[in-house]
Amino acid sequence: MNRMRQNKIDEWLVTSPSLIWLLVFFLVPTIIVFIIAFKPADPYGGFGTGWTLDNFRAFENTNFPLMLWRTIWLSLVTTMICIFLSVPTAYQLTRISPRWRKLLLLMIVIPFWTSFLVRIFAWKTILHPEGLIKKILVFLNLASPETSLLYSSGAVLLVMVYTFLPFSILPIYAAAEKFDFRLLEAARDLGARSLQAFFRIFIPNISRGILTAVLMVFIPALGSYVIPDIIGGPDSEMLGNKIAQRTFVDRNLPQASWLSAVLILALLIPMILNLYLRSRRLGKHSLLKEGR
Amino acid sequence: MEEFLKFDHVSKRFGKIQAVKEVSLSIKKGEFFSLLGPSGCGKTTLLRILAGFEHPDQGRVFLDGQDITDLPPNQRKVNTVFQNYALFPHLTVWHNIAFGLQVAHRPKKEINEEVQRMLELIQMESQADYKPHQISGGQKQRVAIARALINKPRVLLLDEPLAALDLKLRQRLLMELDLIHDEVGLTFLYVTHDQGEAMSISDHIAVMNQGTIEQLGSPVEIYEAPCSSFVAAFIGDTNFFEGKVKDIINQDYSRIEIEDFSDVVCFNDKQLTPGHPVYLSIRPEKFRISRQPPEMQHNLNVVPARVEEVIYLGSHTKYWVRVNGYRLEINQQHSRFFLDEKPILWEEEIWISWMADDGFMLDRYSEVDENLIPAPPEEMGEDLNGKPGNDTGKQNQLQRNQPGGSNQ
Repeated sequence: MNRMRQNKIDEWLVTSPSLIWLLVFFLVPTIIVFIIAFKPADPYGGFGTGWTLDNFRAFENTNFPLMLWRTIWLSLVTTMICIFLSVPTAYQLTRISPRWRKLLLLMIVIPFWTSFLVRIFAWKTILHPEGLIKKILVFLNLASPETSLLYSSGAVLLVMVYTFLPFSILPIYAAAEKFDFRLLEAARDLGARSLQAFFRIFIPNISRGILTAVLMVFIPALGSYVIPDIIGGPDSEMLGNKIAQRTFVDRNLPQASWLSAVLILALLIPMILNLYLRSRRLGKHSLLKEGR
Repeated sequence: MEEFLKFDHVSKRFGKIQAVKEVSLSIKKGEFFSLLGPSGCGKTTLLRILAGFEHPDQGRVFLDGQDITDLPPNQRKVNTVFQNYALFPHLTVWHNIAFGLQVAHRPKKEINEEVQRMLELIQMESQADYKPHQISGGQKQRVAIARALINKPRVLLLDEPLAALDLKLRQRLLMELDLIHDEVGLTFLYVTHDQGEAMSISDHIAVMNQGTIEQLGSPVEIYEAPCSSFVAAFIGDTNFFEGKVKDIINQDYSRIEIEDFSDVVCFNDKQLTPGHPVYLSIRPEKFRISRQPPEMQHNLNVVPARVEEVIYLGSHTKYWVRVNGYRLEINQQHSRFFLDEKPILWEEEIWISWMADDGFMLDRYSEVDENLIPAPPEEMGEDLNGKPGNDTGKQNQLQRNQPGGSNQ
């Protein structure tokens, strides 16, 4: 009895630093954002006293639901393309010789050494009307000289996939590395074709890595604002751009908070639902067990 | 009977290592066949070639008259029980067993019935919904066997299926495996490095060493008439002597001169001529020990010796005796135990004797890794004293040969 209580205290001691960190730097700011969303704006870029629902009016602008939809849609497609590219990449990474593996992993990580902004501007140069890709496409008669590669949703998607791909390759690779490839042999031995073995055995066993990758890509993709700002045009604006605009240009903090709150809810609701469904399916203590 | 499974001059090389060298092997239908050898002898490679995971550089593999060398693993009517179980961790016991039928898109009703039948066979009906990490090692092994059997393979391949289990469980599962073999009547190909397992369960054994088959035969043949020093040393314990043929006594027997020991009479089935160098092997249990020299009889070898070490093992006693340059291992069963009989103890001068037919000459002294031979006689004594863990293993393997005094 006493021992159990001691264990409980120990557990709290061990977890408290990360808990406090999360409270102070994650939960409290989130709550502040939610609070500000219900405050009236003041002309100096701050917020006044009292409470209001006025900021909700922002959504009366038909542009906003469309933009929210575009944000979610672009992020979802980015996530799907990233996962689709990462799973075979991760699979191959675990199969090749350790020397090649090291080299390729290095190549995946190397872009991080360059500033994110510089890389985005590099894309702007690549996709520029006078840029190499455009010239090749025109030369091959695949694009007319008038089409613009830049300032479109397609360009934003391309650069988002480029940016987030390492974030999905690495967790899936980490999961694939732990996968026991003899299981695929066992599946083949039992009569499964290569693809059957891949989908029935490999994918389910790296599903945790895939889930991590989905979150690692989808969450920052939802909040992306630099990429659509630099690469995108007026009809590929994302919610992040609007939040930035409300904050820095319009100096309307409560409305920016409102938009942020919507973004946070768009993320939190499916995540909590997912967690709830998983814990119900696997029963009590299952989340603890899964960690093994 | 006609050959059912046939390896025809199969070779496989991995880089610099010749894993399998020109192996030809035939296995009959319904047989329990073992490939026995130390690790790295090529037995697992041979199994993987049969399962379809490796393609031989040369040679063909035939199953029931059909050349299966180029078939992918999923099209071969063989199934494997893997050494590490290789159960699918995300699937329940039930779904693990059903996997083979599910990927073949068999009707639901059939799958339900077959899985139920398999669960009954391995007596795990109540654990059907458990995940692999929730069941014990022995149970995992049984699930792996059921999962392989449900596809009704022509041959069941077992790749060291018991290696990861403890001794007691291993013995129990070995008997279960034998029962399953009798029940399903399939051809079993069993790969192991444990000679005890192979001896107790197989109809035939192929002893492998360095990519080739050293000897093929029934357990009795392999134990009683090993064809090489490698087989003699790998299967059970033995005492080796190096000498040369001195003279021919008659058609069957020769006298062999062994330096630093004595002249001995030996059955000469190899028809060697005088002067020919030979290796002689005598199993520890073939010797008799007595205080008085035994009555002289035809073809009985009698040599005086001194006891250096006595280890009482219950069913028998192990002696280490010194004869000039040789230190011999001798097992004596307590077939007659008289309370008034004074047991033979350390430092006693005694006589050892054995029949000429009990020693056998070896064709060749194969190049073997010294570590594979249990231990040269000189070092054995210290080894046994120093490591009691070793002792129990040895004891066990010896009990196998003496059905009277085991498993109490």
